[in-house]
Amino acid sequence: MTDWLLSAAQGTFGQVWGPVVYQTVLNLVLIVAIIVPLMLGVAYLTLWERKLIGWMQIRIGPNRVGPGGLLQPVADGLKLFLKEIILPAKANKGLYVLAPVMALMPALAAWAVIPFAPDVVLADVNAGLLYLLALTSLGVYGVIIAGWASNSKYAFLGAMRSAAQMVSYELAMGFALVVVLMVSGSLNLSDIVEGQGKGRFAAMGWTLLSWNWLPLLPMLVVYFISGVAETNRAPFDVVEGESEIVAGHMIEYSGMSFALFFLAEYMNMWLIAALTVLMFFGGWQAPVAVAPFTWLPPIGWLLIKMFFVVSLFLWIRATFPRYRYDQIMRLGWKIFIPVTLVWIVVVGVWMQTPWSIW
Amino acid sequence: MPEIRNYTLNFGPQHPAAHGVLRLVLELDGEVIQRADPHIGLLHRATEKLAESKTFMQSVPYMDRLDYVSMMANEHGYVLAIEKLLGVDVPVRAQYIRVMFDEITRILNHLLWLGAHALDVGAMTVFLYAFREREDLMDCYEAVSGARMHAAYYRPGGVYRDLPDAMPKYEAQISRNARAMAEMNQARHGSLLDFIEDFTARFPKCVDDYETLLTDNRIWKQRTVGIGVVSPERALALGFTGPMIRGSGIEWDLRKKQPYEVYAHLNFDIPVGRNGDCYDRYLVRIEEMRQSNSIVRQCVEWLRSNPGPVITANHKVAPPSRVDMKSNMEELIHHFKLFTEGMHVPEGEAYAAVEAPKGEFGIYLISDGANKPYRLKIRAPGFAHLAALNEMSRGHMLADAVAIIGTQDIVFGEIDR
Repeated sequence: MTDWLLSAAQGTFGQVWGPVVYQTVLNLVLIVAIIVPLMLGVAYLTLWERKLIGWMQIRIGPNRVGPGGLLQPVADGLKLFLKEIILPAKANKGLYVLAPVMALMPALAAWAVIPFAPDVVLADVNAGLLYLLALTSLGVYGVIIAGWASNSKYAFLGAMRSAAQMVSYELAMGFALVVVLMVSGSLNLSDIVEGQGKGRFAAMGWTLLSWNWLPLLPMLVVYFISGVAETNRAPFDVVEGESEIVAGHMIEYSGMSFALFFLAEYMNMWLIAALTVLMFFGGWQAPVAVAPFTWLPPIGWLLIKMFFVVSLFLWIRATFPRYRYDQIMRLGWKIFIPVTLVWIVVVGVWMQTPWSIW
Repeated sequence: MPEIRNYTLNFGPQHPAAHGVLRLVLELDGEVIQRADPHIGLLHRATEKLAESKTFMQSVPYMDRLDYVSMMANEHGYVLAIEKLLGVDVPVRAQYIRVMFDEITRILNHLLWLGAHALDVGAMTVFLYAFREREDLMDCYEAVSGARMHAAYYRPGGVYRDLPDAMPKYEAQISRNARAMAEMNQARHGSLLDFIEDFTARFPKCVDDYETLLTDNRIWKQRTVGIGVVSPERALALGFTGPMIRGSGIEWDLRKKQPYEVYAHLNFDIPVGRNGDCYDRYLVRIEEMRQSNSIVRQCVEWLRSNPGPVITANHKVAPPSRVDMKSNMEELIHHFKLFTEGMHVPEGEAYAAVEAPKGEFGIYLISDGANKPYRLKIRAPGFAHLAALNEMSRGHMLADAVAIIGTQDIVFGEIDR
């Protein structure tokens, strides 16, 4: 099929341009194939969040639009589309428009290197992890620019908070991932997942126990909490802090420009969930390598695991009060970074001993 | 080198943590508060002035609208002041009913406070849990007065009517099946007293639920311990009352120190804090809910076994029964005079205060012998508390200001009056 398409392209566009056109079109199709389900996932994550938190709070959640509220995200999207995008008179117009795009763009681009199943990945880059770290760091610019361009004190406070918070947790997160790449010996995400399928327990069929979460449990905790902080979710949502600085950097945004921030936040949640699953929970691998578990296709396992991690985000949101800004900083710098640094040494020494399991 | 200046932040009046219409001008050094300047008056309705042109009875509903989360406690302060001037005797049963509803009101208020305070600090779920129980208490209000919030149930000389023998029930809805309806109406088959007794039986468990979410939560403690500390001396000097002064460790409660109604016969404790911070005030209020629950239970027991009149027999103050009015000329005249001209309160002045959920709610009343007050002054506890906001929040961060506004339990209905 692909060969036939390639030769057809070569026939139409010539030997030189044919493969280029073919590759471009193929990539565009693949990008659409990733983005469309992703957008749907984001839309329905908002619904799931409201439903799940509703159940936790003895409420029903949205149930009016469509059967059981299933069309609620569509209605929300439509509403945001139709709303006016307000440009504050004293805002820095160019940056103000650019900021939501800056927030969304890295969240989308990061999905290029996420493997959904063996060999099902848009770009099988060897420096995949580095690429991810680079892109997730870029997300903070959207927030900072939004806070600056809005020309509002609340937005500016939010931007300052986010700059400090995201940069600090980036460090802890990076160090946690360093441990993962030490034990995997690769920056390629597919290799990291494959590496978790090997080991004593995996040979016995208990793949579950060979995944990174067990030997690297402290790193998983640090990584996940940093992930929550990185996506500005409760209890680390001081950037938005609805009862303090009233949505922070988003305070002046409306309509679709606001929706883009919202999309970026939920897309980042999916991204962090995907990364947690890939790094620590064996990606697409079935937990136990016996019959009923192996029937599900690999991508199914990946999605199920991601769904659980995302639900954990929501559960945390329903449970905890919000940290204060300086307490978040203390947690990041005085607890997480030392813990990860120590654990890097511990794992490093462990790997040099005869008891190394990697 | 450029000069570094503090900047001001306009916090409210349209702000989710401003509890209504508080406008706070904050002078910030980074995130640290240098000065907090509360601006009030956005909810001023001239209650005191309005009372001067209405008969004594017509002002009762205005009292509900002062502190609109502890409605009956405000009415209580008002009718106590009138009774003091009139010198009427209130039947004991009416006193028990008033005390019971005062304590129900206290639970109502503290539940709202708990939910709102937790929401300000970022914990969403407590809010909805607290409102589940509030709903039941609102139903008690409804059963007894017909209104869920602005009850207008207390009268000079007693209460409007005796406790009803039936609770309102939920009616069938398309979204609930018969089993769910039966479950919702389970506690509502008996009288109001049965319903309240059932509530007091399950309420301590609910308070435990709220506590599991907050009391030992590390984040909650980090956000409240050591925030907004008020020393006992300062608390006295600033005119604090209620949980605000008890949180600072001073055992001051009008229900114990100057018992009114039947509080002297009831068995309850006054919780006090130790450090005077937000966490202590939180613990004090949680314990007050448990104590109020026990007071309500004691009142229910007494009320069950002691029927009797609930309003004074002095028909210059309270209307006669409908039956007497229809059969007796004298009573008809009383009724007519009372509902057209109103009661005449003897010349003099009186101050009556109740321990409202937020602190000492006092009414200072001057009468010139007419059917209207000559002057009415309201002592609202929240006013003194809000005045201390600057002192309490100085040196704390912006997020703490929100926690401090929450811990003060501010309601603008009573502050702006």
